[in-house]
Amino acid sequence: MRYIPCSESDRKSLLGSMGLNSVEQLFSGIPENLRLRRLLNIPAALSEPELLAYFQKAAAQNAEDYISFLGAGVYRHFIPVVVDSLISRSEFYTAYTPYQAEVSQGTLQAIFEFQTYITQLTGQEVANASLYDGSTAVTEGMLMAHRVTKRKKFLVAKTVHPEYRAVMATYSRNLGIEVHTIDYLPTGRIDLSQLENALDDTVAGVIVQSPNFFGTIEDTAAASSLALRHGALSIVNVCEALSLGILRPPTHADIVTGEAQSLGVPMSFGGPHVGFLATREKLVRQMPGRLVGMGADQEGRRAFVLTLATREQHIRRERATSNICTNQSLCALMCTIYLATLGPRGLREAAEQNIRKTDYAVTRIQNATSHRVLFPSARFNEFVVQLANGGEDRLQRLLQKNIVPGFHLGQTYPELGDAVLVCVTETTTREDIDALVEGLK
Amino acid sequence: MSRVRQHVSLNEQLLFELGSPGRRAWDFPALDTESRPLQEIVDKELLRDTVEGMPELSEVEVVRHFTRLSTWNYHIDLGLYPLGSCTMKHNPKVNEAVTRLPGFTNAHPYLPAGLVQGVLSVQSALESCLAEISGMDAVTLQPAAGAHGELTGILMIRAYHQARGNPRRRVLVPDSAHGTNPASVAISGYVVGHIPSSHRGTVDLEALRGLMADDVAAVMITNPNTLGIFESDIAAIAEIVHSHGALLYMDGANLNAMLGITRPGDFGVDVLHINLHKTFTTPHGGGGPGAGPVAVKKILEPYLPYPVLAKDSGGTLFHNADRPQSIGKVKAYTGHFGMHVRALCYILANGPEGLKETTEVAVLNANYIRFKLQGVYSLPYNSPTLHEVVFSDKNQDKRGVSVWDIGKRLIDYGFHPPTTSFPLIVSGAIMIEPTETESRDELDAFIAAMLAVAQEAETNPELVKSAPHNARIRRVDEAAAARKPVLRWKG
Repeated sequence: MRYIPCSESDRKSLLGSMGLNSVEQLFSGIPENLRLRRLLNIPAALSEPELLAYFQKAAAQNAEDYISFLGAGVYRHFIPVVVDSLISRSEFYTAYTPYQAEVSQGTLQAIFEFQTYITQLTGQEVANASLYDGSTAVTEGMLMAHRVTKRKKFLVAKTVHPEYRAVMATYSRNLGIEVHTIDYLPTGRIDLSQLENALDDTVAGVIVQSPNFFGTIEDTAAASSLALRHGALSIVNVCEALSLGILRPPTHADIVTGEAQSLGVPMSFGGPHVGFLATREKLVRQMPGRLVGMGADQEGRRAFVLTLATREQHIRRERATSNICTNQSLCALMCTIYLATLGPRGLREAAEQNIRKTDYAVTRIQNATSHRVLFPSARFNEFVVQLANGGEDRLQRLLQKNIVPGFHLGQTYPELGDAVLVCVTETTTREDIDALVEGLK
Repeated sequence: MSRVRQHVSLNEQLLFELGSPGRRAWDFPALDTESRPLQEIVDKELLRDTVEGMPELSEVEVVRHFTRLSTWNYHIDLGLYPLGSCTMKHNPKVNEAVTRLPGFTNAHPYLPAGLVQGVLSVQSALESCLAEISGMDAVTLQPAAGAHGELTGILMIRAYHQARGNPRRRVLVPDSAHGTNPASVAISGYVVGHIPSSHRGTVDLEALRGLMADDVAAVMITNPNTLGIFESDIAAIAEIVHSHGALLYMDGANLNAMLGITRPGDFGVDVLHINLHKTFTTPHGGGGPGAGPVAVKKILEPYLPYPVLAKDSGGTLFHNADRPQSIGKVKAYTGHFGMHVRALCYILANGPEGLKETTEVAVLNANYIRFKLQGVYSLPYNSPTLHEVVFSDKNQDKRGVSVWDIGKRLIDYGFHPPTTSFPLIVSGAIMIEPTETESRDELDAFIAAMLAVAQEAETNPELVKSAPHNARIRRVDEAAAARKPVLRWKG
């Protein structure tokens, strides 16, 4: 096997030096009756050319030449070539978790830079080294608010990503945590009066997403101040991190969670992506996940190190703040390089093009088709189109023209009828939008 | 030739200390649509002016910055990584190439199934391979990492008991277990019970019998355990567990020790997680992303996280979300697909013979190190070990040299330190796992370094205690960093 630098004669000499003659002797600790006495029934080994052909064939079976308006939590944005070029350095991608600071300063400084960028984008004081993804980040935010407040009830906007709410449900179910859903208004925003009525002094946290699942920009400040009145924590979730390049950051929130895939990470069928969690300095010891701190070595030189590990499972075991043992270092590095490349002006330019092109698409669909664009509140790069009669047929026809018009909301929001969530980014061309409009006519 | 010598290493400031307003490394095509003024589209009060503190950099600066940082890392492409229980093996380059095929990287998780048959075929093939390798019946690829897989597995056990009327209360975990085990148990709503180890370093059967009761939902073992010892009583353990109606969970972190040799499903395990970033060569990435698929026996299949891969009558693969008994979702979408591609690529490159050879050589290499170092380093348990070996610093401690010091001194010899101070049942543990992807030359160099450090511990303990001397930095004052944590650049 080409990955194993041990020839038959190497094997013999290693065995010989130990006074053994068969590798079999090393497995004496495994009882005979538990041994597999046949070869594994998996495909025979492929050579490298065969491997390449196998995966090229599989990759070609996916819809590459389609115009896609899918978003719904995973976004197609332009990724500068320099991102993949730098993360492909094996010094980054083949390194282990930076527990040994003296030989891991590269990874540690890069994570510290990621943490800084996340605080700048979210307007928060501290951020961790990243979490698995947005869905687990918001769930960890919920568990953190539960630890801080010692309360067990959460009020969650119905416009938080449905899959994220599903993950929250899985985690909360066995911990006695109740999750209640707050409706949205015809504007597309959370129903603040319903939230106000549902709030009382037993509520641990209020979770709102902005831009929300419909693309609508929420009044998160209003939700936060309602939460504050009852001693509940305010959690703001952001699935579309690029929006933070232009939208006012949720500085008023106690915890900001989200998904940073938009910032330089490929869609990759939904993962690996990168979750983040930012909060106030005073809550830092209740945070989940790794943290990198800046300090000094014995000679006073600047040095970075994993810190506050006493929160974590390898020290505290069942009393840890979370069972998490890893972050998404390499994906966080993609974000860090992306942000370094774009800087504040590039980020704003990209974000602004998303807003403007989305507005163009909304206007065109409203003016040129018989379908309704729902929710008039301001949006970032997504909007909901409620299809007129025969909408289903039109969607099928669009697919036949190699256009994926968006995410169908029928399963998750049946009350919207035949509705599609459409996403327009800076990578969507005018031609693409016009083709969609034409197809919807 | 000695392994190390000094070379120039460039210093580099933080990104936030670099650049200059007006520099740029980006460009976008001009807006190609008509557009209203921005404030007409979005209320001014919803917008920010800029992102305070973000630097403006040119492409050259970005490239040099991260290239300089990268040179400060030890990494597997540079040399042996003796981290026990971490299985730091070579990451094949072809894995990276195929994962970057645009048909994979550009696939959106909500594309209709008919448009992602290639993606689904990869996931399906990986599920089948993992089921066969582990001897289990069904697999979910959804969990994002090993600990996430643990949580998923324990939640399934909970759902299984719940369906029988009572979720039960406790999960028993050996005292040699990885810290994620008890943490995952706690977050699943269970109470942790601890099983002591015997003098052989394995689960104490009598103690286990005494601890078992009808409120035990599961026993969570690692096999081979964190000492590298195969639990030879595993069949008896499974029988005890099952006789109380409980289930047997296995932490698959050490699966590299049994590929094609023995299978968890054949020795009574009901559910296990598999770390693709250990046994199946997906790169560690400096601390993730990982991937932690979970394999189960038929009895747990109804509780798998939804959706599960299925085939319709026409042979088209799709993700079926209609799973009424499912524990729910543990993560958005269907897992770390990029890692699934790499792991499948590795398995297909090996085939059945290659995987078996992998385990054989991994075990051979670990035993070679054990043979060469035992005596100089104290071996707390004498049982046969498989893919890793745990020594202690007992001999060196007499000179005031700890396992931590030994690890730091190895850096000066051009090696990453081994896993230290774990498992907790060994005081001053030095846990070494070389993997199969190290040649005899590299093993010998590591052994020579270990022996040299032991010698120095005798003759010049201060040298070891103050190591590293040749790294970019000296030891970091971790206590000071934790007392007043600085977690971001403030300018």
